[in-house]
Amino acid sequence: MSPVAKQSINPLSPKERIKVPRQLMPEQPADERNKNFEEVNLGYGPELARQEALRCLECAKPTCTDNCPVGVKVKEFVELIVAGDFLGAAAKIREDNVLPAVTGRVCPQEDHCEGKCLLSRKVKPLGIGYLERFVADYEQRMGNHVLPTVAPTGKKVAVVGSGPSGLTVAGDLIQKGHKVRVFEALHELGGVLVYGIPEFRLPKQIIREQLDYMRELGVEFETDVVVGRTVTIDELIEEEGYDAVYIGTGAGLPQFMGIPGEHLNGVYSANEFLTRINLMKAYKFPTYDEPMVDLHGKDVAVIGGGNTALDAIRSALRLGARKAYVIYRRSDTEMPARAEEVHHARQEGIDFQMLTAPVEFVSDGNGWLTAARCVRMELGEPDSSGRRRPVPIKGSKFDLPLSVAVMAIGTTANPIVQSTTPGLGTDKRGYIQANSETQRTTRRGIFAGGDIVTGAATVILAMGAGRRAAGSIHDYLTTGQW
Amino acid sequence: MFKIIEAQFIAPGIKRFILDAPRISRKQKPGQFVILRIYEQGERIPVTIENSDPALGTISIVVQSAGKTTRLLNSLNPGDYILDVVGPLGKPSKIEKLGTVVVVGGGVGTAMAYPSAAAFKRAGNRVITIIGARNKDLVILEQELRSVSDALMITTDDGSYADKGFVIDKLRQLIENGTRIDLVLAIGPIVMMRAVAELTREENIRTVVSLNPIMIDGTGMCGGCRVLIDGKSEFACVDGPEFDAHKVNFEVLVQRNGMYRDAEQRSLAAYQCQTAKKTPVHDEDEHCAVAQRSER
Repeated sequence: MSPVAKQSINPLSPKERIKVPRQLMPEQPADERNKNFEEVNLGYGPELARQEALRCLECAKPTCTDNCPVGVKVKEFVELIVAGDFLGAAAKIREDNVLPAVTGRVCPQEDHCEGKCLLSRKVKPLGIGYLERFVADYEQRMGNHVLPTVAPTGKKVAVVGSGPSGLTVAGDLIQKGHKVRVFEALHELGGVLVYGIPEFRLPKQIIREQLDYMRELGVEFETDVVVGRTVTIDELIEEEGYDAVYIGTGAGLPQFMGIPGEHLNGVYSANEFLTRINLMKAYKFPTYDEPMVDLHGKDVAVIGGGNTALDAIRSALRLGARKAYVIYRRSDTEMPARAEEVHHARQEGIDFQMLTAPVEFVSDGNGWLTAARCVRMELGEPDSSGRRRPVPIKGSKFDLPLSVAVMAIGTTANPIVQSTTPGLGTDKRGYIQANSETQRTTRRGIFAGGDIVTGAATVILAMGAGRRAAGSIHDYLTTGQW
Repeated sequence: MFKIIEAQFIAPGIKRFILDAPRISRKQKPGQFVILRIYEQGERIPVTIENSDPALGTISIVVQSAGKTTRLLNSLNPGDYILDVVGPLGKPSKIEKLGTVVVVGGGVGTAMAYPSAAAFKRAGNRVITIIGARNKDLVILEQELRSVSDALMITTDDGSYADKGFVIDKLRQLIENGTRIDLVLAIGPIVMMRAVAELTREENIRTVVSLNPIMIDGTGMCGGCRVLIDGKSEFACVDGPEFDAHKVNFEVLVQRNGMYRDAEQRSLAAYQCQTAKKTPVHDEDEHCAVAQRSER
C-alpha cells in the first residue's frame, strides 16, 4: 500500500520523492562564525523549503507527529508549504506549538519527529526542524499573526517560570480563555532560552518576538519574582486568587565534581559562565557592567559532553579563546550532545579530549587556575545508566594548561519552591512529583513539569510537559474535578 | 521598576534608601537580602535589607559607595527608579531565645546587623551590640541599635568617637570579663568576621557570620556564590548567607571576591572620569587617565 494519500497536491510520486536529496541548511562558514555570535544556521528560503517539503511521503499514520512531545501536525503543515501557503503552515504549527521559531532551532528532531520519519529507512529523513523554522521565521517577517478570539472563562492561572514549559502552558491556556500571569525570577523573560542557549544557536530577538506575540494574546508577565521567596504558591492561591498554579522552574543548582581546586578563580559552572555571557552580556564589558574573565588568548576547557558543554565552549571560542577543549570522560558514542552541535563544534576548531577526566585543578599560587590535572580513561563494564563505565588508566596523569575551566556536568533540584510549599511531594532527588500524563502534583490545583520534575532534559520535552499540563489544567478548571 | 521613596546619606558615602517594593516588604525577615540592577547595562549586586514596612509596602537598604554600581546607586534620589529589585533572598537569620547574644557590626555591616539584633531582643535574649567604624562620621545606627540592645559598645579605628580600637577588642574584653555568651552574630568586612571567628573558636562560642560573595541570580542557579563550608561547597544565596563562622574557609572567600578586581577598578575609573566631566570640581584628569590606562 502506498503511504501517499490519493488527493495529494504533491506532484511527485513516492519514488521520485525519495530521489530528492535532503536540502542542505545554509550555514555561516566555520572559520568566520567561530569569531562572532551571529547564527550558525542561516535558514531555508522559500525555494529550499518547498523543495524539501516535496520529500514528505504523507504517511497515512504519521509517526513524526506521534513522536513529537507536543504533537505538531507535521504532515499537514508540510503540505501547506508544498501548496505555498506558508502562513497557513505557521498557523497549523501554532495549534500545537507556541514556540515554533525556538523549537525549529534547538529541538533534537533526530530523537523525535525526524528519528521516526519513514524516509530515514532508506535516505535522510525529512528536514522537519528546518521547515518548522522556515515557516516560523516567515510568519514573523510578515508580521502577520492571526490572533484567535476566545470567550473569557473567568479563571486565573499562575505560571511559575518563563522558560519553554511555562510559556507553553501560558500560550495554550490563554487560548482557552483563562487569565494567565507568568512569574519570572530573573529580570528577563525566557528562562534557559535567554540565560542558557547562546545567541549563535538561538538569537534573543526570536524569543522577544515570541514573547510579544504572547503579550498580544493577553498573557501577563511579572519579572523579579522568586516564587517561594517573594511570594509563596499558597499565597498566590489564597491571597491573589489563582485557581491553578503551574510550576516550571527548570534546571536547578549546578553540580561540581568535588575535586581539589574547584574554588579557584577561573573555574565556573556552565550556568554561571553562560549567564554572564547571554543574560548579563559580560563579554561587552565595560559597556555592560557585569565582568567576566577576559578569554582573549586564553586556554579554556569545558568539562562534560552535553549540549550545555558545547554551548559554553563554542561561546569561549567566539570570545577569543586560543585553545578550546571539551574534556569528556567517555567516548564519542556516549556523548549526550546533539550530533549537529558536535559536528558544528568540530568544524569550528574545538579540541575534543575524549576519555579524559580532571582529577584536580591546579593553582598558580595566587588563587587562579593554571592547569587541569587529568587522567585518561578506558571503558569498562556497563554501569547503572547502561553506558560503559569509564575507568582511569594507571599512570596516565597529565596536566592540561588552562586559564578557565567550565563545569557542565549536570544539575540538581533547586529546593526553593518545594521547601516553601507544604504538602508538595518530591522524589528522592528532590524533584517535584508529578503525574506523567496529567502533570498533577500531590497538591490539588498545583501542576508541575519540565526540568524541575524530570531533571535536566530538553526544551521540547519541557514543552511537551507544558502541553499536557495545559490540557489537564483546562480540564480541572472547567470540571472542578481533581 | 522600583521607585525610590526616600534617599538620605546617613554618613559620608553611606546612603539609606526606602524603596517601593510591596511584595518584598511583606516577606522580608532579618538576615535576608535583595539583588538589584540599576539600569539596563547594569550588573546584579546583592544588598542586605535593613528593614521593611509591609503596611507602606516599602523596604530600606543601606549602601556604601565602593565600586561603580554602589556609587551610581548612591547618586540616585527620591523619585528615581531602580530597574530591578528581587528578593527577599537567602535564608532568614535563625532567631531563637538563647540567653545572651552578642551582635557585632563592622562598617556598613552594622546596618545589616540591626534587624537581627532587634529580632533577638524581641525573642527575649539579652543583646549586647558592638559596632565599629573607621571614624566618628562613619558610626551609623547608634540610636536604633541602642534601643534594641541591653548594652551598646562602639569603637572607632582612630579614636575620634567612643573607644579607640576594633570591635574584636570589645568582644575579647567581654569574654575575659567572664560574660556568658550563647551566640555571636558578626556582620561586616571579611577580616573582621575572620578575627571574630578565630577568637570565638578558641572559646567554643557558637558564632554565625553573614557572607557576601559575588552573586548573579541569587536563586542557586549559577553557583557563582559558592563558599567552602567545612570543606564542602555551599551556595551563599540558597544555603546562606549566614553560616557557622567556625566552618567558613575565609581564605577562599577573600580569593573569590577578588576575582574581578581589575575589571571593577576599570569600571570605577571610567565612571569617575565620566562624572568628573559633568562636575568640574572633581579631578577629571586623574580618573580619566586611569580609565584610559586600563583600556584594552
